[in-house]
Amino acid sequence: MTSFFKLYFNRLLPQLIALGLIIMAVSLVFPGFLNIEIQNGRLYGSLIDILNRGAPVVLLAIGMTIVIATKGIDLSVGAVMAICGATAAAAITSGHSVPATLLITLGVGILCGLWNGVLVAVLDIQPIIATLVLMVAGRGIAQLITEGAILTFNDPGLIFIGSGSFAGLPMPVVIWLVFGMLIAVLVRRTALGMLIEAIGVNRQASTLSGVLTPVLLNAAYVLCGLCAAIAGIIAAADIRGADANNAGLWLELDAILAVVVGGTSLLGGRFSIAASVLGAIIIQAINTGILLSGFPPEFNLIIKAAIIVFILVLQSPRVRTAFAFLVPARGARNPSERAAK
Amino acid sequence: MQTSNDILQAVRIEKTFPGTRALDKVDFHLRRGEVHALLGENGAGKSTLIKCLTGAYRRDGGTILLDDVPVDPRDTFEAQALGIGTVYQEVNLLPNLTVAENLFLGRQPRRFGMVDARAMNRRARDLLADYELDLDVTRDLASYSVAIQQVIAIARAVDLSGKVLILDEPTASLDAHEVAMLFRIVRRLKAKGLGIIFVTHFLEQVYEISDRITVLRNGQLVGTRETSSLDRRELIAMMIGRELAAEIHAPRAEVQEGPLRYRFRNYGRKGRVRPFDLDVRAGEVVGMAGLLGSGRTETAELLFGAHRADSGEAEIDGRAVDLASPRAAIRHRFGFCPEDRKTSGIIGDLSVRENIVLALQARRGWTRPISRAEQNRLADHYIRALDIRTADREKPIKLLSGGNQQKAILARWLATEPEFLILDEPTRGIDVGAHAEIVKLIEALREKGLSLIVVSSEIEELVAYSTRVIVLRDRAHVAELDGNRITADQIVEAIAATDERRTS
Repeated sequence: MTSFFKLYFNRLLPQLIALGLIIMAVSLVFPGFLNIEIQNGRLYGSLIDILNRGAPVVLLAIGMTIVIATKGIDLSVGAVMAICGATAAAAITSGHSVPATLLITLGVGILCGLWNGVLVAVLDIQPIIATLVLMVAGRGIAQLITEGAILTFNDPGLIFIGSGSFAGLPMPVVIWLVFGMLIAVLVRRTALGMLIEAIGVNRQASTLSGVLTPVLLNAAYVLCGLCAAIAGIIAAADIRGADANNAGLWLELDAILAVVVGGTSLLGGRFSIAASVLGAIIIQAINTGILLSGFPPEFNLIIKAAIIVFILVLQSPRVRTAFAFLVPARGARNPSERAAK
Repeated sequence: MQTSNDILQAVRIEKTFPGTRALDKVDFHLRRGEVHALLGENGAGKSTLIKCLTGAYRRDGGTILLDDVPVDPRDTFEAQALGIGTVYQEVNLLPNLTVAENLFLGRQPRRFGMVDARAMNRRARDLLADYELDLDVTRDLASYSVAIQQVIAIARAVDLSGKVLILDEPTASLDAHEVAMLFRIVRRLKAKGLGIIFVTHFLEQVYEISDRITVLRNGQLVGTRETSSLDRRELIAMMIGRELAAEIHAPRAEVQEGPLRYRFRNYGRKGRVRPFDLDVRAGEVVGMAGLLGSGRTETAELLFGAHRADSGEAEIDGRAVDLASPRAAIRHRFGFCPEDRKTSGIIGDLSVRENIVLALQARRGWTRPISRAEQNRLADHYIRALDIRTADREKPIKLLSGGNQQKAILARWLATEPEFLILDEPTRGIDVGAHAEIVKLIEALREKGLSLIVVSSEIEELVAYSTRVIVLRDRAHVAELDGNRITADQIVEAIAATDERRTS
């Protein structure tokens, strides 16, 4: 087993190094960055804050990883977040219980995913176009649900999901940790992971080998919708209201970036959920770090872009070949993924 | 063999792609003022040779002499400048520009630094007058038919290059009248002393226009012959190979035919293959012979459910079955090695192990994963049994050679313990050693009592392992040979007979 962990660690090494460097750089500029303290039985500190603030993108990245592994992409997740946030707010304010609200909202997320999945898997529309439909229409739907206003709510149960804590960790962190592990175990303990990778690499050959391609493709988009629904609930619970215009705005791009930073190819095939989660945390660490370091806010986006370009350059196959002598045993990296979880 | 009469000489051209040897020391000589047909089945190396000549590919070995001077075009522009022009089946001009602009794109006549449209149009008209075309050169290219566009592309290529003209399947989308017009132009260019290479699948056209024929097979030169001294049957034999055939065909007394298992009646699909009847026994290899596009592959895909039949019924052991999809066929223990290994066979980025277990895993469903230990055992077993040459089972399959990839795909099906195996061109593009091993494997599987359908362009191979051979032509099953009638001559005759009947 230890060698499995070692191989797994190798796969995540570039992301871990990048994250380490960012945390180190920020802690030099902002000395209090690494402090973690316990108040009222809950952990506080910038690092915890990164894990907490990053929750929506982490969740989106988990679903996006699976969709990208099938050689697809889902541009609608930000809009689905807005729809689901609006649904949750509307359900709770019209008197539904918290469990009912959650069920309704997750159901709506699954429906959104099903819509995308049918367009891609059954009608064979290119994923980028198919999901663009819901990306554009989604905010309109969310506005219809909230009737154009920001729909606020005060239900302590729902708010707990956004700002409560469990076992010392903020609720959003607990949710993405549990959900991420659940999905990772689901795809790696069953044959799903391999079948998804096979579809992503060669859909036609997979179908001819008897893989149930349309169903699995559909399931990938449904999972992505489900992830967006959970992210939407967290985002709404955090601000105690549903903002149809701004909830999840541009987050689909952050999610895609997180997957790419995590080293999963947009061409489909091999994927790692843990690496994508790390990618999302890296992005959040950059966001939080820039804010804390006290740079003028107008520099934020540019610095973020520069750091991401740097990470992508590190991953580029050409750079890797050029510096191959620095990274031993690259060949061992691929098989590690499936072995690990 | 080199005479100054040759305008283009390609000597011992080699080109290797990962997994396949696309060209193996191929010689090709083109004379001044001749139309030279370049023939071969798909994957024979025609387009690779063309691409090496036009600089689209860099060759790995060999020399190209143009007018007895060695040349080494790095890209198509350089080849054009040297004098080698190409016209493809898909006209690669710009439909939204005018005819004149297309003819002079990138070299428009200029006056005071501006495009001189009037001069350009005048020169375009002059140029096209040579081709019996009197067009409005200021109209968009798209407003003319494909045939006219084809001629305009030729005019541009000849005007740019002027020594060698390569026509890559130029007649594929033309009607008979347009082909006649195109051939008049080709003859005129030939009279001017151009060397013309003509790639096509239409044998009638080869006999109508070409002076000499070069045939490639499996990346190797089969031969170059004068068209007038090569009859159609001999040409087909060169293309699909049967020289070795006679001695390979061993008497087949030992064959024990099992019970009838698979029965297809009036089975077909519109636009793919005409309805056919087919019975397959246990322990039988049914060979499918025919030229490219004859319906061989379509038959194989139909039997496997890759395309759904729209007429007829299928029975297994007397019970009616619905083979609506590959999954349905796999449930009935069918297996299928497709013709195009790269696009429909291998899962390139996945390991040899994953490629081998894929079909079995897909049949079990995702909820019942094959344990890693079992996957390793299966992969190691087949790597050893089929002698798949790979560093280890975790190597991505795309890094293996063609023959080893093919063996891995065979292993994928053998792991599902199939009873009916459909192999479409199982030996195409693989080296001689692997070739012989796959032929042996086919015989071993037949002896074990499997039913096999094998599609192949290699006649000698079909003769070697088939217990029956079905000959296809024009998307229909036209003849069936069995017992002592399975000889290379009979097969070639059956293919050619129908061919002649159609064209005469």
